[in-house]
This record gives sequence, structure tokens and C-alpha cells, in this order.
Amino acid sequence: MNVIEIIRILIVLFILIGGFLSLVAAFGVLRLPDVYTRNHAASKAATLGVLSVLLGTFLYFYVEEGHFNSRVILGIVFIFVTSPVAGHLISRAAYNSGVKLWSNSVQDDLKRKKSKQK
Amino acid sequence: MAFQILLNVFLGFLWMFFTLSYEPVAFIKGYLLGMLILFSFRRFFGTRFYLGRVIAIISLLLLFIKELILSNLSVLKLVLKPKLDIKPGIFALPTVLEKDWEITILANLITLTPGTLVVDLSDDNKILYIHTIDMDDAQEAIDSIKNTFEKAIMEVSR
Repeated sequence: MNVIEIIRILIVLFILIGGFLSLVAAFGVLRLPDVYTRNHAASKAATLGVLSVLLGTFLYFYVEEGHFNSRVILGIVFIFVTSPVAGHLISRAAYNSGVKLWSNSVQDDLKRKKSKQK
Repeated sequence: MAFQILLNVFLGFLWMFFTLSYEPVAFIKGYLLGMLILFSFRRFFGTRFYLGRVIAIISLLLLFIKELILSNLSVLKLVLKPKLDIKPGIFALPTVLEKDWEITILANLITLTPGTLVVDLSDDNKILYIHTIDMDDAQEAIDSIKNTFEKAIMEVSR
């Protein structure tokens, strides 16, 4: 059991976890009731899923082929920075175009703010 | 901070010229020595020693990654639970941060926190409107997490 073997097991784990998380994100989009809760699943689980698949790919080519692909690292950074912004913008656009929430407990000041503007 | 880093790079080059060796190793040696000099002269700068801020940025990055993994676990539990007993809602969170980039980083952190998603920002940049997936137990815990986030960001910008 040397280091290469351990890294190979890590690669397998990263790619499997990434695939599993993407699957869970897809289930979440199907199961959850409204735009905002679906956005929770899509913007979080999909982010980490894609990140860990990319990390596994990077490690695979680095260990097996000796090829240091810095584009994959850049891709990881870009996804990490942009996907929460995308989630925020989608839910904001949904709210501003009047999409109703599911059976809420408290729908706080945002409604008050919107009604004050009118 | 940028001025101190520039000064440190300049000291690194100075060391290369002193020792007549133009290798990267010489530059790194000179940079480390220059860092020592800047640290001993830190009271002449208006701001604090820049290494502290670099460490604060790194710890903020680690916090980011930790929150991303925790939020994924919570979404996982939520989606795979057979009964769907969630109580979503939108609450307002006043923030003390003022600069635009600080608020952007805070919003990104909150979006990657378990069970929260920033929906809107008030016009005067004072209040964040956050959609949460579970209104009951989230409130207290989330507020405490926000305090640690805001503190970590203040640590960088102070």
C-alpha cells in the first residue's frame, strides 16, 4: 500500500462522490416543492459534485500520466466563485417576477419592502 | 497592504543584486529577509503587518470549503428523507459590513451555508434578505454562523 495506491483510491472516491452528489441534486430538483427550495439543491449539491469530479480528473491525469493540467484547477476556481452568484440571481429574478413561495411559516420583510416601493 | 507587498518584492530584488545571484532561490531568500525587516519596522506603516491579513484570507477560504461540504450534507439529508417536513421562509438579516466586496463575499458565504440562500439586498446595502429552508431551528444557529462569517471578513478588511 504505497502513496500511489492511496491516491488511486482517492480518485475513485472523488469521482463516485461527485456523481452521487449530482444525482442527489437532480432528485432535489424533482422532489422539492418550489423554485427557492429547488435552488437550494441545485446551487449547492451540483457545485460540490462538479468540483469533486473535476478534482478526481485532475488527480487522475497527474498521477497516471504525469500531466499537470492547470486548466482544471482554474475551472474549479471559476465554478466555486460563480455558482453561488448564479443561484442568488435566479432566485432574485424569480422573486422579482412574482413567483409565489410554498406554504411558508414566515415570509419576512422582503414582501414589506416590495409593497413599500409600490 | 499592497504597498507593503511591493516594498517586500523590492527588498527581494535588492538582495539578488547584493549577492550577485539571479536565481529564484535568491529572490525567495531576499523576500523572507525583507519580510523580517518589514515586520520589525511595522509601526511605521499606517496599516498592520500584511502577513496577518494573508493568514486571515486563507482561513476565510478554509471556512468557505468547510461550509460548502456541510451544506451539501444537509441538502443530502433533506432530499433523501422520505417525509418532506420543511418550513421555508424569508428573513431579514442586518449587516454591519459596508464595502461592496465585503457584502459580496458575505452573500456568497451565506449562499453556500447549510439551508440558506440570499434572495435580495436592500437598496442601502444594510439588510440581506435570506431564504431559509427550515425556519424553526435555523434562526438561532444561522445568526451565530453569520457572526463568525462577519467577524472573519472584518478580520480581513480591518
